[in-house]
Amino acid sequence: MKRPIDQNIKDFCSEVGAAGPVAVEGGKTRWNLNGFPSENTRFIKAPKGILSAKPEEMTVTVLTGTPVSELHKELQTLGQRTCLPDRGGTVGGALAVGENDLSVLGKGRIRDSVLQLRYVSADGQIISSGAPVVKNVSGFNLHKLMVGSLGTLGLFAEVTLRTNPIPPISKWFTAASKHPQNVFDIVYKPAAILWDGETTWVQLEGHQRDVEQQVQKLLTIGNYEEVEGAPGLPRCRWSISPTEASKITREETGNFVASIGVGIVWADKPQSTKEVDPTVRRITNSLKSEFDPTGRLNPGRYV
Amino acid sequence: MNYIQRIQKKIKDYRETKHLSDNPLVADLQKVLDRERVLENLSDRISYSKDESVFEGGIAGPVCFPLSAKEVQAIMKVAEKYERHVIPRGAGSGLAGGAIPLGAPIVIAMTKMNNILEIDIDNRIAWVEPGVINLELSDHLRPLGFHYAPDPSSQQICTLGGNVANNSGGPHCLADGVTDTHVIALEVVLPNGDITTFGGIDAEPSGLDLRGAFIGSEGTLGITTKIAVRLSPNPEDVQTILISFPTMRKAAETVSAVIADGIVPAAMEAMDQRTIEVIEQHTPSGYPSNAGAVLLVEVEGLPTGVEIEALRICEIAENHEAGEIKIAQTSYQRDALWKGRKSAFGASTYLAPNYYLHDTVVPRSELANVLDKVNDLAEKNNLTIMNVFHAGDGNLHPLLVFDANEEGTLARVHEVAAEIVKISLDAGGVLSGEHGIGIEKQEFMSQLFTDADLDHQNKLRTAFDPQCRINPGKVLPTGHSCADIQTLNKIPEGTWV
Repeated sequence: MKRPIDQNIKDFCSEVGAAGPVAVEGGKTRWNLNGFPSENTRFIKAPKGILSAKPEEMTVTVLTGTPVSELHKELQTLGQRTCLPDRGGTVGGALAVGENDLSVLGKGRIRDSVLQLRYVSADGQIISSGAPVVKNVSGFNLHKLMVGSLGTLGLFAEVTLRTNPIPPISKWFTAASKHPQNVFDIVYKPAAILWDGETTWVQLEGHQRDVEQQVQKLLTIGNYEEVEGAPGLPRCRWSISPTEASKITREETGNFVASIGVGIVWADKPQSTKEVDPTVRRITNSLKSEFDPTGRLNPGRYV
Repeated sequence: MNYIQRIQKKIKDYRETKHLSDNPLVADLQKVLDRERVLENLSDRISYSKDESVFEGGIAGPVCFPLSAKEVQAIMKVAEKYERHVIPRGAGSGLAGGAIPLGAPIVIAMTKMNNILEIDIDNRIAWVEPGVINLELSDHLRPLGFHYAPDPSSQQICTLGGNVANNSGGPHCLADGVTDTHVIALEVVLPNGDITTFGGIDAEPSGLDLRGAFIGSEGTLGITTKIAVRLSPNPEDVQTILISFPTMRKAAETVSAVIADGIVPAAMEAMDQRTIEVIEQHTPSGYPSNAGAVLLVEVEGLPTGVEIEALRICEIAENHEAGEIKIAQTSYQRDALWKGRKSAFGASTYLAPNYYLHDTVVPRSELANVLDKVNDLAEKNNLTIMNVFHAGDGNLHPLLVFDANEEGTLARVHEVAAEIVKISLDAGGVLSGEHGIGIEKQEFMSQLFTDADLDHQNKLRTAFDPQCRINPGKVLPTGHSCADIQTLNKIPEGTWV
């Protein structure tokens, strides 16, 4: 059975239309990523609202113009959360950018949490990919492709995300440390490990006694003390391998905070552009031609 | 020369003769691989024309066993030269007909590319070849303190390349996700022979998520030649609980109640009365034979959390009329409880010689209603049905057991299977949770997706494989993948060279 389409999505689809350059504005928290929209681009907003939240299914269906903070506030009343980062933006913006939350080790990756996506295509049709159930291998995974596509292949209208229960306890601990990899080696499934070259921050989640026992392990390698939360993060975002992140230096990045076990580094200096493999570029271009042959979706932005 | 030696010489001579065949396609394939790694006689090709499904396709063309991405590339070039399509293949354990040749493609069997190439503990990844058996990887990793999380029920025989193609799940994917959560990079050979890598071990590889689009594409976008999998730490504690219920409805309601309570067990498997009876008759595992249904629940993680959640699950079960509750105290007892679950499909053959294992997903809250309808349907059609499934995911596996020699039975099985799809979709579910679409369910795709949705899926396919050279005729229904039809129509029926 095809799930009915919300009227807000139909209205959004009409607004997108089938001609002329168009892009969706979210919270503009990552607006400068990979180019800027062309001058003649028409900017529109995606619809807002939570359509259904089902803790017993571990799913939430939400219109993509909804602020992440609103979504999380509503889910909190149900004891659930998503893995979307809350940095003041919208659900659609978080999906379009595809960057994971600081606590990705505990919350999971965005690409793994998208169960169904509805988007408006370049020719003004509403397209669905995936389904609002937690397990599904029915057809091609367009919704995976769309995450991180910066609105260049389709304009997102509605998403169903997998949610997870909020753990009973979530606490941060910190200590001076030159060897953050040690934390990753001795702690079982930490939610986050951050390191700025001299200090390590560890986020532990779970039941009270388990967290206490994990802290005992931490105390064998450093003078860990509880703190309010994560440190402030520099502006630029690097993506490298986990082992590279645990060996990074200020000479390379300026001030930095590295996510250990993940490979994200927030740094003063921008990461140098990586070369794209020509075959990957060819497939990317083919996809753009297939999905947006006239180049009207978010023109000027590249992936 | 004794009798056996004479027979062996005869076989060898026959093969040598065949090797001298002037068939140019085979000759070219034998130039790029060793002769022994290109099978061309009919019996071999028939062996590679089937998988574990009940479907039959064509007869495979030459069967190739590459040892490297370069050799796969070379095969693709030969295929291109002769305008032949190809079909990649792992262990052939698929249940939806995804590895069945349509027409007479060149079969690329990946089973000899079966090396674990690198274990990188610091990055928590392993690079493996696609022919590595799923269970062998976890067996290899476990002493190092890690495992590979997706554990399909066929994990003793299925390959990781096949898992990538089908985005395979398994009993323990409820908490940790299926294959695409645990595969971070893929080396692939594309239809034009290009070798490239999708994804990477970087935290967030730049560009489109071609890795995510490729996983689960059922071997239609390219051929996987190397896989980077994520290593999961072994849990510090595990509790395995067997709970009996008077009815499957009560068991299903317990599943929803546990998830709604904020607990995500590692696994939650359900078995109905008939399944329990068959298991206990043929593979005694300590299941209560008078139960209407049982849930096999596993909780893992840190000790306190495991203890609290296990107790809470038992409480919730008791509130849903649970009968006997067994908690495994030792790894031996745990293995015994899992032994029953894992032997269920095999035990079904004691009821009848053939089975059709179905695979749909429904919202958890609909499990009980859907199962009632499925059981009524089987009864009305005089078919025996066993239900053993991943209840935590809402992933149903109705197992229809039958004797294909009884006239008309197979047709009735297919009719009931189609009706089960309809029941699942009407309940807000999907066509498949694990097995994929293959040829089994492609004509049902239109019940789940609109024409526009399917056209967009074909756009993805076309961007990778504009001429549908790899595994044509699968996944998308007729009318939504024109290139498929054109490709297959080029091959005269019954022809292989």
